[in-house]
Amino acid sequence: MLRIRASEIGRVWGVGDSELPVKEKAVNNFDEDAATMAVEARKYALVRAGVSASRIGAVYVGSESHPYAVKPTGTIVAEALGVSRRTLGADLEFACKAGSEAIQIVSGLVSSGMIEFGLAIGSDTAQGRPRDPLEYTAAAGAAAFVLGGKGDGVVGEIEASVSYVSDTPDFWRRSHERYPSHGHRFTAAPAYFHHIISSVKLLQEEGYSLSDFNYVVFHQPNTKFPFAVAKMLGIPPDKVEHGMVCNVVGNTYAASSLLGLCRVLDRARPGEKVLVASYGSGAGSDAFVVNVLDGVLERRVRAPLVDDLIARKKYVDYAVYLRARNKIRLQ
Amino acid sequence: MRRVYIAGASLVKVDEYWGESLDSLVSQLADGFSGLALRKIDAVYVANMLGEVLQSQANLGALVAEDLGLAGVAAFRVEAGEASGLAALHAGYQSIRAGLADTVLVLGVEKLSDASPEEAMATSSLSERYDYVGFQGVPQPAIASMMYNQYLKRFEVPQEMVAQFPVMMHEHAAKSPHSQYQFKITLESVLSSPFVSEPLRRLECAGIGDGAAAVLLCSSDALSTIRHDEVVELAGSACSTDIVFPFDREDPLRLGAASRAFEEALARAGVARRDIRVLEIHDSYSILACLLLESIGLSEPGRSGVDLKKGKYSLAGEVAVNTFGGLKARGHPAGATGVYQAAEVYLQLTGRAGECQVDGAKVGAALNLAGLGSCVFASVMKVRDV
Repeated sequence: MLRIRASEIGRVWGVGDSELPVKEKAVNNFDEDAATMAVEARKYALVRAGVSASRIGAVYVGSESHPYAVKPTGTIVAEALGVSRRTLGADLEFACKAGSEAIQIVSGLVSSGMIEFGLAIGSDTAQGRPRDPLEYTAAAGAAAFVLGGKGDGVVGEIEASVSYVSDTPDFWRRSHERYPSHGHRFTAAPAYFHHIISSVKLLQEEGYSLSDFNYVVFHQPNTKFPFAVAKMLGIPPDKVEHGMVCNVVGNTYAASSLLGLCRVLDRARPGEKVLVASYGSGAGSDAFVVNVLDGVLERRVRAPLVDDLIARKKYVDYAVYLRARNKIRLQ
Repeated sequence: MRRVYIAGASLVKVDEYWGESLDSLVSQLADGFSGLALRKIDAVYVANMLGEVLQSQANLGALVAEDLGLAGVAAFRVEAGEASGLAALHAGYQSIRAGLADTVLVLGVEKLSDASPEEAMATSSLSERYDYVGFQGVPQPAIASMMYNQYLKRFEVPQEMVAQFPVMMHEHAAKSPHSQYQFKITLESVLSSPFVSEPLRRLECAGIGDGAAAVLLCSSDALSTIRHDEVVELAGSACSTDIVFPFDREDPLRLGAASRAFEEALARAGVARRDIRVLEIHDSYSILACLLLESIGLSEPGRSGVDLKKGKYSLAGEVAVNTFGGLKARGHPAGATGVYQAAEVYLQLTGRAGECQVDGAKVGAALNLAGLGSCVFASVMKVRDV
C-alpha cells in the first residue's frame, strides 16, 4: 500500500507543517479499489476465524467509494471468496460509518439465526479534492470481520449495539460528482461530536458506565477529534490511544473505526471491554460494546497485526500520488 | 439638547449557533428585558451587516419588530459595515436628542456561521473598496497585514508587542459568560499559529461568531414614566470617516476617523480622555488594537505594546481595554459587535460585569470600526452622577 506524507501535500499547496492534521495517509495504487481491498481484508479475517468460505451466509460491504455506481461490490467479494451462491450480499453507504453498520446488520442476521456466519467489511478509497483540507486525510483502507454465534475460540462478543442518526448535511457527494463537499466547521460540533456523544449516551441509558471500558475507539477523521470527543465525555486519552491509526494511515472512512477496533484486539486481554463509536456524515453514529474473549490470544497471531500491515509501505511523491489516484487528465 | 440614557441591556453569548436563525437569536434577547417596558418603545434600530448576503434577508427592522411583538413601531436596519452596531446606537442617540423619540431599542444581530470559509473571507472584505479587494484580489486581512508590516518596521518593535494583545483579550474573556472563547492562550501559541497573511497570524484575528445584543435608550422624560433597569448616560456619540483604502491615506498607521470620532464624542459628553476607565475597542486584527490606542492618544505611536506590558490596559490598569475579551475573544458577530460593546460598557458602569468588573468605573467608551478605519463610531457613557 502506498503512503504520502502530509508534508508532501503541504509542500505543493504551501501549507506549513503546523497545520497538517496527520503525519501521512495510505493511498491505493491505480490497480486497487474498494473491492480489491475488501477481498484482501476478508482473507486475513477468514484465516483468523478458521471458518471455511462455504459457511459464510452474508457479505456486506460498506464504502463511499464502491467501484460501481450500479453493480455491487459485495458480489465481487463473494465471488473472489468462492462462497456459496446462496449468499445474502449487499452494499452499504453511510459515509464513514458504512463499515460499522455492516457489523450491526450481520450481527442481526446471525442473532436471528438466518445465517451461521457473515462477513462485515468496511473498505474505502476516499476522495479528497486537491487543495481541500480533506486531501491530507482522505485515505484508503479496509477492515473485515467474520461474525458468527457463540463457539470455541471466539475473539470477542458484541454485547450491545445502538445507533443514532439525524439529517445533518455536514459532508456529501452527489451522483456524478468527483469529489465530496463539506461544511467546514459545521462538521465538528453539530456533526461528529453531537452524534458520537449521542450514541454513547444511548449506551449509558442502557446501563453502561464509561468507566466499564478498558479501550475506546472513535471514528478518526483526524488526530484531534477522537481525543476531543473523549475529553467531552470524560474518557481519559490513554484509553483512546490504543485504537488510533489515523496519524499514519489517514482517515480510511468506512474502515476507520473498524481498523481502530482491530488494533485494540491486537493488544487487548480476555475479559476486557471495548467501546466502539463510529461516525458517518449525513449523519449518524453506531456505538457498540465488545467483550474480549479468550480466543483473541490464539487467533491474533494467525495473521499480520494492524501495525505489521501499516509498516508495509512505499512512499510516493505528489506526482505519483496524482497518477495512482487517477487525478491526471489525459485528455 | 436632551440627555440620552441607557436603561437596560441584553446579550446572547457569542457562539456558533448552527441550529438558530436571525429571528430566534433576536427572540432570545427578550428574556434579558423581562420586566422592562418594551411595549412603550417608540423605535427599533437594527444593526446588521450581512443579512441579505448570508440569510437572503433584508428589511430587518420590520422582521425584528414583529419578532419582539412590536409590529407598528418605527423600525429599520442600520448598516455601516462592521460598525453597524454603534451606528445604530448613534441613530438612537440622535433620535432622542432631537426629541423625535423617547424610547429606542438598539438591537444588533448577525449570524456568520451560515457562511462557508470562502464566503466568510469575501464578506470580511465587503467594507473595503471592491475595485481593490475584488478586482485586485487583496482582501481585508491582507491589507491589515500590510499595515502590520509597516508598523513593525517603522517603530522597530518585535511582533510580540502586537501579538500579546490577543493574549490579554483571552485572559479577559476567560472570565466572561457571554464571550465566545472563554479560555486563555499563550503568546507562544499566537506566534506559532498559521499565517493568515504574513505577519498576521490566525490567533491575531477575530473568529466567526453569531450573536445578538440590545440596549434600551431612553430620554429623561421616559425614565420617569417607564419601568427600567439601572441607568447610565449615553453622554456622547459621534462618527467620522476616512479614505477607504488605508494606503491612500496620508498615514496608513494613523486611524484619523477614530481620533476625530473619539474627540467629538468626548466633547459632547463633557469628559476628558483621562476620565475613561473602561474602553471597548475594535480589535478584529491585533494590529488594529495598537493603531486604535495610539490614534486616540492613549499610547504614543509604537508604544501601545509597551503600555500593555506595563499593565496599563488590564482590568486593574489605568484604562481597562476590552474587558470581556473584545472582538478577538468575546467574539465578532460583525454588525452586532458595536451593540455588544455598548452593552458591555453599560454592564461595567452599573457594576454588573461579574468577574470582569473594573472597580470604580464611572466613565467608559467604545470604538467600532467599519473596514480598516474608514468609518468609525465612538460612544461615551458615564454614570449619572459624574
